[in-house]
Amino acid sequence: MNVMSKRSASASKKPVPASLFDSRILLEALADAFRKLTPKQQSKNPVMFVVYIGSILTTFLWFQALSGKGEAPAGFTLAVTLWLWFTVLFANFAEAVAEGRSKAQAAFLRSAKRDIAAKKLDEPRYGSNYSKIAGSTLRRGDVVLIEAGDFIPGDGDVIEGVASVDESAITGESAPVIRESGGDFSSVTGGTRVLSDWLVVSITVNPGETFLDRMIAMVESAKRQKTPNEIALTILLVALTLVFLLATATLLPFSLYSVEAAGAGQPISVTVLVALLVCLIPTTIGGLLSAIGVAGIGRMMQKNVIATSGRAVEAAGDVDVLLLDKTGTITLGNRQASAFIPIKGVPEKNLADAAQLASLADETPEGRSIVVLAKQKFGFRERDMRALGATFVHFSAQTRMSGVNLESRQIRKGAADAIRMYVEEQGGKFPQAVQTLVNNVARRGSTPLVVAEGGHALGVIELKDIVKGGIKERFAELRQMGIKTIMITGDNRLTAAAIAAEAGVDDFLAEATPEAKLKLIREHQADGRLVAMTGDGTNDAPALAQADVAVAMNSGTQAAKEAGNMVDLDSNPTKLIEIVETGKQMLMTRGALTTFSIANDVAKYFAIIPAAFATTYPELNVLNVMGLATPDSAILSAVIFNALIIIALIPLALKGIRYKPVGAATLLQNNLLIYGVGGLIVPFIGIKTIDLLLVGLGLA
Amino acid sequence: MFKVIKPAAMMLVMLTLLTGVIYPALVTGLAQALFPAQANGSLIRDSQGKAVGSALIGQSFSNGKYFWGRPSATAPYPYNAGASSGSNLGPINPALADAVKTRIEALRAADPENKTPVPVDLVTASGSGLDPHISPAAAEYQVNRIAKARRIDPDKLREMVRSHTEGRQWGFLGEPKANVLALNRALDAIR
Amino acid sequence: MTSNGFLQIAVYVIVLLGLAKPLGGYMARIYRDKSIRPMRWVGSIESLIYRLGGVKPEQEMRWTEYAAALLVFNLLGLIAVYALQRFQSYLPLNPQHLAAVTPDSAFNTAVSFATNTNWQGYGGETTMSYLTQTLGLTVQNFASAATGMAVLVALIRGFIRRNQETIGNFWVDMTRSTLYILLPLSLLLALALVAQGVVQTFSPYQTVALAEAVSYEQPKLGADGQPVKNHEGKPVLEKIEVREQTLALGPAASQIAIKQLGTNGGGFFNVNSAHPFENPTPLSNFLEMLSILLIPAALCYTFGAMVGDTRQGWAILAAMTVIFVALVFVTVPAEQYGNPVLASLGTDQAPSAAQPGGNMEGKETRFGIVNSALWAVVTTSASNGSVNAMHDSFTPIGGMIPMWLMQLGEVVYGGVGSGLYGMIVFALVAVFVAGLMIGRTPEYLGKKIEAFEMKMASVAILIPPLVVLGGAAIAVMVAAGKSSVFNPGAHGFSEVLYAFSSAGNNNGSAFAGLSANTPFYNFMLGLAMLFARYWLAVPVLAIAGSLAAKKIVPAGSGTLPTHTPLFMALLIGTVLMVGALTFIPALALGPIVEHLQMTK
Repeated sequence: MNVMSKRSASASKKPVPASLFDSRILLEALADAFRKLTPKQQSKNPVMFVVYIGSILTTFLWFQALSGKGEAPAGFTLAVTLWLWFTVLFANFAEAVAEGRSKAQAAFLRSAKRDIAAKKLDEPRYGSNYSKIAGSTLRRGDVVLIEAGDFIPGDGDVIEGVASVDESAITGESAPVIRESGGDFSSVTGGTRVLSDWLVVSITVNPGETFLDRMIAMVESAKRQKTPNEIALTILLVALTLVFLLATATLLPFSLYSVEAAGAGQPISVTVLVALLVCLIPTTIGGLLSAIGVAGIGRMMQKNVIATSGRAVEAAGDVDVLLLDKTGTITLGNRQASAFIPIKGVPEKNLADAAQLASLADETPEGRSIVVLAKQKFGFRERDMRALGATFVHFSAQTRMSGVNLESRQIRKGAADAIRMYVEEQGGKFPQAVQTLVNNVARRGSTPLVVAEGGHALGVIELKDIVKGGIKERFAELRQMGIKTIMITGDNRLTAAAIAAEAGVDDFLAEATPEAKLKLIREHQADGRLVAMTGDGTNDAPALAQADVAVAMNSGTQAAKEAGNMVDLDSNPTKLIEIVETGKQMLMTRGALTTFSIANDVAKYFAIIPAAFATTYPELNVLNVMGLATPDSAILSAVIFNALIIIALIPLALKGIRYKPVGAATLLQNNLLIYGVGGLIVPFIGIKTIDLLLVGLGLA
Repeated sequence: MFKVIKPAAMMLVMLTLLTGVIYPALVTGLAQALFPAQANGSLIRDSQGKAVGSALIGQSFSNGKYFWGRPSATAPYPYNAGASSGSNLGPINPALADAVKTRIEALRAADPENKTPVPVDLVTASGSGLDPHISPAAAEYQVNRIAKARRIDPDKLREMVRSHTEGRQWGFLGEPKANVLALNRALDAIR
Repeated sequence: MTSNGFLQIAVYVIVLLGLAKPLGGYMARIYRDKSIRPMRWVGSIESLIYRLGGVKPEQEMRWTEYAAALLVFNLLGLIAVYALQRFQSYLPLNPQHLAAVTPDSAFNTAVSFATNTNWQGYGGETTMSYLTQTLGLTVQNFASAATGMAVLVALIRGFIRRNQETIGNFWVDMTRSTLYILLPLSLLLALALVAQGVVQTFSPYQTVALAEAVSYEQPKLGADGQPVKNHEGKPVLEKIEVREQTLALGPAASQIAIKQLGTNGGGFFNVNSAHPFENPTPLSNFLEMLSILLIPAALCYTFGAMVGDTRQGWAILAAMTVIFVALVFVTVPAEQYGNPVLASLGTDQAPSAAQPGGNMEGKETRFGIVNSALWAVVTTSASNGSVNAMHDSFTPIGGMIPMWLMQLGEVVYGGVGSGLYGMIVFALVAVFVAGLMIGRTPEYLGKKIEAFEMKMASVAILIPPLVVLGGAAIAVMVAAGKSSVFNPGAHGFSEVLYAFSSAGNNNGSAFAGLSANTPFYNFMLGLAMLFARYWLAVPVLAIAGSLAAKKIVPAGSGTLPTHTPLFMALLIGTVLMVGALTFIPALALGPIVEHLQMTK
């Protein structure tokens, strides 16, 4: 399967509204923009709060002007006042749009959280008596029965039974999934529905703590938790706001002195000072900052990833090391038989025959692939086990091999050391030639399975790992991003090295145990690196808890999900790459808009300074390089531009600026050119255009 | 707090001894031993050994027979070497234009035939108010006036100016200049 | 500009940069605590100082302890200088019998020298006794410079150390800066200056006969000390004839050497390095100019060497040099172009082999335009503030550039130590914004830049607007502030703005027409100097402490390289944008409008 296509496929299944500007959301956001005008709401954003105060101040000045005692004409003051209010509203609107999308997601999730009747079992086994109670009263440790057609009343672990479950309510994925007791597919989520068969589930959470509850809480509170970088950026923005506050506030005494010194003109009006202040402070980024954060988490959701905090999303952008499980992430989940390699003296056909017999009852994908290969190569058809009088030997953890017993034949297949023990037990000798074959296969990155009949080893089946298409390119991309990839596998070193080379990862951890994984993560962290990993099994939980960015597969165990700080509803391990990109996009959007916002100020000075002091120092009109019509139109144009740019940049804030893995320096250069130099030039054009429009409309 | 104050006070005493006593004393001792003339003000003495000025400090000249130096803004009288000062007039301060106009008029009055533009250093106050030098151009501007007043050959005077003109130090540092006091002492020596 | 002008500037820049590496490397060795072989005997003096001072040199300090030691040491120095001025009339080495300095002026001067500003509201030769000059001012020149260097070294340790709580020992850093760096260089420079003609003596002022007597008129004073008035009520003038010249002398060379090397800038005489006894020849001028930027520039190399990547130091030095050279080539042509007002009066301002031409008001003939304008840029790009020409008489643009260089926060080379640590604060801001733009939590030299660092950096960046603009705003609102203004019109506003730009960034140069020796200005500017110095130094130490406690992130291809031209451009952009956006409105009402008025 192609990784790329998987990504786009998952994107289309998202439960959030598809369009950025769904009309219902926009309408709701418009109303919210006004609702957010309370001082309490406004004071949360220091930059916009200054605009808010400025708007109130100019409103008073307008009333004063109406009564004929104003410092500036009422019409001009009104125009400035209105546009200042628009600036506040536009920023509110941006935030509301971003929140609207999250709200829609929360509403969707909440619809899954209906009160479900639960069949509480008296004893934790199938067939025991049950009583019907409300699902919301279930507590940790309760055991419930869920039958076909029932909704699962709460998060829990399957302790008995196998069933197909429709999880589309939380994942948006319509294909049912299998849940069974034991192993890594035992966890079920409240609100999903059993389609067939039955399950006995032990509830693992108390009311109000369910996964669904946490997701809803996360979605709804996304805007409230500031991430570390957001906090640092806010500090910088506050500092810049104070700088501009000082620069404009001191202009009043400076202007008074200048009027006195020049003996001409009027001092600068408070309306103009407020206009100048609002134009200079970083309103563009200030107005869009929280929208960017909310949208970042929203984008994660579109990718079907639920982050438990914005901090985790942001940390994803900083990841230095990525630990990836080999199976399912780098290679297709199942190995396939690719060759029968007999030892000298054994015909390949005999080996194939023995291998096929040993695998007939083996339902694992590997076992089936052996049967398929035998059929392809030698035309063996499946034989009826009963007709052969065969008894099947299942794989067990003790023997670590499987096989078949016919009347006169005992055939076994398994890992080299397991077969060695078996052969030696039978009084045979494990030939050196087999060990050589085993090593050769392993060196190619494949898994060797040794086949033995009685006390004789016949040869080796090569099980080949299939590296996913396109994965090598993705790792190259990651390398470009400065992220080191490490493959984690239970394979031996030889096999691991070969697959690592084929897949193009930077490093690998072979024969990995949970302890080895944990140790690896700690080592990298001690060097100051940020580590990301994915996991699904219970044995991944310690490593997930240790990793800085830990993505648990939704298909995984409850323990894994609780240890991680993100859950991938698609259970797609390559999703990490997209998560990293989303994290980076969030930071980049903030950085780019900050640069843009500050760069804008240059043009605004050229518009406002000559206008503000036109009466005292007409010489300063030399600085009116844009040739703006009148002092009033110049100031108004700058204010209008400043307000409109917020609206114009909402889509960018919500979508995030595009991330290209081109290396830090190139990336910076590109963004500096676009948002730095662009930020210098755009307002010159914008302000001039607005001025022309104002003149054209006869407003100036 | 005392734990900080005590070492701070002691270290200040140590540093004062080192940089406020030993260092200036050492420099003074070495300077007086190695460069006594410079260290004491580069004094010019007459034949009787009486100090008649410093090679580095200008003096005021207003007599037409002498080379005039840069205008000086020291108070209460020009070239007060006990209280150095510049004029601090801003470039478009009318007082600056007035002062320059007055100086130009004085120069023109002393030498009515000279219609050439006045070298700017001759009519602008120096930074220290004690500038001992004028530019060669400023000296040249005054040659005809002095030649006439003293009845000597202008070319002879030019030759004298040339011999008293110092070029740029090491060929490129600073500006060419002529020491006004030295020139005027040389003028007086001719007689 | 003349070709000789280009040559003088080029030689200056080349020599300056050429010395950065040897001196910078030497300083890195001093701070890394490696003993320098030929100077081993200095080591025994060093241990003696620690022993007598009661200091344990091996005892490491947390940033708070470091800051406390620094503040107390500076405060005691301030008190000492104040006391010396107030009691100088009772103390020895006062051959001119100068009176006690007034309390407000003494406070201003004490603050000024303790903060490495060396703003001078007084005229040296008419105010300070030899004892005050050497025991007070010279000592503070060393102490304040060494303080700045110590803070820088502490900050550098913040970058080098990982997971540590301490940033070094203030007494050691301060003592080593003085003993191994400032003192030897000062000794060499002082002797070179004496050789050129700078005075160095404890003898009284010398009286010489004038070649031509000078006469002037002054109001006649009656027996009661009041001016006598004639029947029209006008003061009666009396004519006074002066036949002698009093040459102010003193131990100048020793103080001038450290005033330049330590970027202090406080002149021995009133007109500072325009005075022929402070700066007699073009060569002395070159040496002094070189000394101003020598240590600040070399410290960039020290920084690179100490963090283990000299490219980091070169990058910052290059960024500073780009801004510096660019502004030199604004100022020098502006001054060389001259004053159109004087041109219309019939003066010749064209440069030639026989005259410097240009705007010569307030400039010395031996320095001409190039060396005066270059010095102005040098002294304000460093927080030196000594002058060899009167900035108040510069053309509007020629005067605006020095003012703006100070307003940038004194980070283009800047003061010894303080310039580089100020620049590193800007680098942190640049790295922060750049880091966001590439989608990573920003890091500089392996240290993550987080909320705490940004908080401290923000505090530092707020100083220039708050102190400069706030101070100037108060001054132009009150009568006490306005009455000191000397020049009329927009230039008068420039004088006030320049004063607060200078004090508020610890520079010390002035548009000297402003009568700043008044209680109002002595107090306001004293306050500005205190804010500017310690409001920066303490947050920088806090950053040092915070950084030292962090891990060092190894650089990878996702890390933003901070030694590239791209980063230099970003750093330059950050410094200039912050400086421009903060001060453009104020500058528009001062030098910019004055320039437009002059050229219209």
